[in-house]
Amino acid sequence: MAKLMVVFRTAPYGAIYSFEGLENVLIMGAYDQDVSVLFIDDGVLAIKKGMDNSGTGIKDFSPTFRALEAYDIEKIFIDRTSMESRGLTLEDLVIQAEVIEADAVEKMMEEQKNFFMF
Amino acid sequence: MKLGLLIMEGPYQHEASDSAYQFAKAALAKGHEILRVFFYQDGVLNATKLMEPQADDRHIQKQWSALATENNVEFIVCVAAAKRRGINDTVVAEGFKIGGLGMLTELAIEADRLVEFRA
Amino acid sequence: MLHLINKSPFESMALEDCLKYASKGSAIMLYEDGIYAALAGSSLEGRMSGVASDYKVYVLKEDLQLRGIDKLIAGVTEVDYAGFVDLVGEHKTASW
Repeated sequence: MAKLMVVFRTAPYGAIYSFEGLENVLIMGAYDQDVSVLFIDDGVLAIKKGMDNSGTGIKDFSPTFRALEAYDIEKIFIDRTSMESRGLTLEDLVIQAEVIEADAVEKMMEEQKNFFMF
Repeated sequence: MKLGLLIMEGPYQHEASDSAYQFAKAALAKGHEILRVFFYQDGVLNATKLMEPQADDRHIQKQWSALATENNVEFIVCVAAAKRRGINDTVVAEGFKIGGLGMLTELAIEADRLVEFRA
Repeated sequence: MLHLINKSPFESMALEDCLKYASKGSAIMLYEDGIYAALAGSSLEGRMSGVASDYKVYVLKEDLQLRGIDKLIAGVTEVDYAGFVDLVGEHKTASW
């Protein structure tokens, strides 16, 4: 079983990175690997509660993040400074994530067989 | 080393596809194996044979196609990303194949190194 | 870890974001518009000289040439695509 990780580091909607990154995570869930998901920088904004696409029609994919557990993706981490510097707390997020400190991020990347950044 | 390349940006708009191509050429010249080049997000646009750049510029699709066929490297264009952007079998150039996103996970499992080229 | 930076530091937070997580001694590869971080005489030279002493900073020669940049801050190493491939052989990569 390979350790694989997907890092989300861009904001949602302004660009498609996080949406197609999420599609990639869902597929990875089907491969029975040791998959982690990490939110850093603007990536933390992709899992904010309260999204409403009624004014734009752009697909709201935040409900899909809530389905990660159903895809056997349970290792979900968020960088504390990224979250706090954007005025967010864990209560503002659509999923449960384990808070990590910035100095753990690179170590977590090193531990993987390979990882993606979206 | 067994390499996997992930291209997430289209041609011309950004240098990412050019960088990935130059990197791939250099890796092959050094005797490394490229297991697969996976085209995702706007990267799928590199695969269209409809592009017609001016004659004094490089032809990004033809460069990639030649690299695939001359070195027998597998190029996969993500089907979901391609459909979204109007890329299908009728426009995909020689050397590229449309395939599932699972082939990206398989690449991450098998490759010694995965290198991502993006905007 | 080899951190790949392809965005100008005058326009993007990519390099500074990466530095929040990268431990001292990690490798940073500047390519595409990322090479402007290594520009001598810029307003960022002081900041970048510090970065170059704390990290192993590499700059892609082909992208320097393409942009007509030949004056670099001290402490950075020029590599060509073949050198880039060697660095990838030595490190996992993170694309910022």
